[in-house]
Amino acid sequence: MKKLLSKRLPHLFHIKNGNIIDPFKGKEFVGDILIKNGKIVEVGEKIEVTDEVAVCDVQGLVVTHGFCDIHAHFREPGREDKETLTTGSQAALAGGFTTVCVMPNTDPPLDSPESIRFICEKATDLPINILPIGTITKGMKGRELSEMNAMYEEGAVAFSDDGLPLVDSGVLRRALEYSYRIGVPIINHAEDPTLKLTGQMHEGRWSTKLGLIGIPYVSESIMVNRDLQITGFVGGRLHVPHVSSEKSVECIRIAKDEKWLVTAEVTPHHLYFTDSDLGGYNTYFKVAPPIRTEEDRQALINGLKDGVIDCIATDHAPHTVEEKELPFDWAPNGMIGLETAFGASWYVLFENKIPLRKVIELFTVNPRRILGFELDLFRYGVEAELVILDVEKKWVFNEDHIYSKSRNSAFIGKELLGYPVGVISTNRFYSGDETFFSKYMS
Amino acid sequence: MGFLRHKHLLGLENVPIEDIQTILDTAFTFREVLDRPIKKVPTLQGKTVVNLFFEPSTRTRISFELAEKRLSADTVNFSASVSSLTKGESFKDTVQNIEAMKIDGIVMRHPVPGAPIHLTKYVDSVIINAGDGIHEHPTQALLDMMSLKEKFGELKGLKIGIIGDITHSRVARSNIIGLKKVGAEVTLCGPPTLMPLGIEELGAQINYNLDEVLNWADAVNVLRIQRERQGVNYFPSVREYRALFGVTKERVEKLDKPLTIMHPGPMNRGVEIDSDVADSENAIILDQVLNGVAVRMAILYLLLGDKPSEDKD
Repeated sequence: MKKLLSKRLPHLFHIKNGNIIDPFKGKEFVGDILIKNGKIVEVGEKIEVTDEVAVCDVQGLVVTHGFCDIHAHFREPGREDKETLTTGSQAALAGGFTTVCVMPNTDPPLDSPESIRFICEKATDLPINILPIGTITKGMKGRELSEMNAMYEEGAVAFSDDGLPLVDSGVLRRALEYSYRIGVPIINHAEDPTLKLTGQMHEGRWSTKLGLIGIPYVSESIMVNRDLQITGFVGGRLHVPHVSSEKSVECIRIAKDEKWLVTAEVTPHHLYFTDSDLGGYNTYFKVAPPIRTEEDRQALINGLKDGVIDCIATDHAPHTVEEKELPFDWAPNGMIGLETAFGASWYVLFENKIPLRKVIELFTVNPRRILGFELDLFRYGVEAELVILDVEKKWVFNEDHIYSKSRNSAFIGKELLGYPVGVISTNRFYSGDETFFSKYMS
Repeated sequence: MGFLRHKHLLGLENVPIEDIQTILDTAFTFREVLDRPIKKVPTLQGKTVVNLFFEPSTRTRISFELAEKRLSADTVNFSASVSSLTKGESFKDTVQNIEAMKIDGIVMRHPVPGAPIHLTKYVDSVIINAGDGIHEHPTQALLDMMSLKEKFGELKGLKIGIIGDITHSRVARSNIIGLKKVGAEVTLCGPPTLMPLGIEELGAQINYNLDEVLNWADAVNVLRIQRERQGVNYFPSVREYRALFGVTKERVEKLDKPLTIMHPGPMNRGVEIDSDVADSENAIILDQVLNGVAVRMAILYLLLGDKPSEDKD
């Protein structure tokens, strides 16, 4: 297994001269962070330390909260050939993530308190926080509700049958009513199967040209709209995952204007690519929902700008080389995304003049707020979860940058902006960059 | 490099017009060979071509096989059902195993669009697309163009109607692309449920009124129609299809000029086309079949044949 370089933090660890971005307080300043036994002591403009202390001068680099991904597939249990909680954690650290929520479409699915406990127990020794999402329905069959409360008590942070849309509107209604009392959102993969049929990519000029069966954008937007309407009606809490189309953004905008309890995420690959990128039939671009047009991409960027879309989530979906080598129609949906998430997103959002502080929010406080996690990671006594970023670095992503067990990234060979050079998590320092690591950790 | 710009024939999209001309010219010379008492030439002696058919096909496979045999190539046929392919040995292993036995060319029919492009990543042989899902069927379009050229002498300015299920038709896609390149005009006609989004951008017009299209066209290519595909009904009944889009005897008789009739086969007589129309003297359906062998001979020769010695350094 490929691992980042890592070392336990010294008793006192003093990060100096960082461009500190505090996404909770909305502040940016050059300053220091003092960590003691892996916990935050102080974050401020200049910290005087009298005790013996290990100093890490990060001048020119950004230091902020560790990233939080609320949508990843770590494939455990069942498909450990694609990813495990352990290998997924390394991919997360490489991408600057210290907290990852894993989707329950495993084999068997995470549809019981026992399976939620299995994940939580396995995750205790891992270098990041792994928080399971439980299924909405038993066996992800879309009929009977799972034991949501029992799963919540074991540590489930949300409910989703991700990968499979909840088709039955009545079941969705009851799920929203039931989960609202528990206090966590329902996440529904919105793609109407009767409109999607055997679709392989976004329906439009490119699907027609390539002879691939198209998936119309309405297959997403009508289900998003249905979900929103039901949420408004019952007063539940809905999180819309991987929004891909302009129309869905519009529906979410209206729902938010109505003050319904609705949040939404977008993936880096929907921000970076368009359907024209599928021209070579590269199965690495085959994802669900599909990558859509330039107009949709612009609408997603604008959705982030004006807050209709709350956060970025990876939908990290590892698949084996063998599966992705199948002819297009037979290859599974999904691409890995943790390692490239920040670099791809910042590349796109920088071009679209979204300020860095806002982009950092999309990876930190915004996703944490959706699932009710601790927001003030610079508070005294909090377990240190930090990422150190070189936000000016332009780099070309290649297979050597992959820490996931799978390699299905459409970003291979693509230029990215911003590189997570180091992460502090679980009282350890992690880095994939040898020079950086030896400079501060030798 | 061979006689053409590209090593493979994956689709007509990337074939320049000069190469289309070369293929058609060569096909007409092979067509003469087919009219001789001895229909065999030694052109591809010592070359081996594998016909890889991952989808059932009778006429295209026989046409290719005959073309190969008439050029004296050694041929091997491989047919596999999709179910055996998805379950057992992977596509990559299958084709790499076949190539390891030292072959020169692969003719492939595959149900998945883009599969021939996929194949180029795994093998070095020359690849000829014999139909990939609903994407392209370049040899069919070339034989259609050859048949039109034979009938009209010139392709430029011809008005061609394509009638039927455009969405699921690789024949329609390749025809639109090819005919547009040679300067013909194409109008598509069929149920709106079977007209793919943005097809106009390939260079075709749409007209849902069949009588108008028949009046306008010099020739029509009538596609095979299926009411149901994977459990989805695209039109209510054959009766209604015939009423709106059937190339019937009554419709054709009403026209005040002869209309050339084409069909890629296999025909549903009495469904998309009447027997009287298909068997009329204006139908060139059997010429298409014969020209198919000539076109495939031309393509095999141009992609697999050795260049004349003066071209060598």
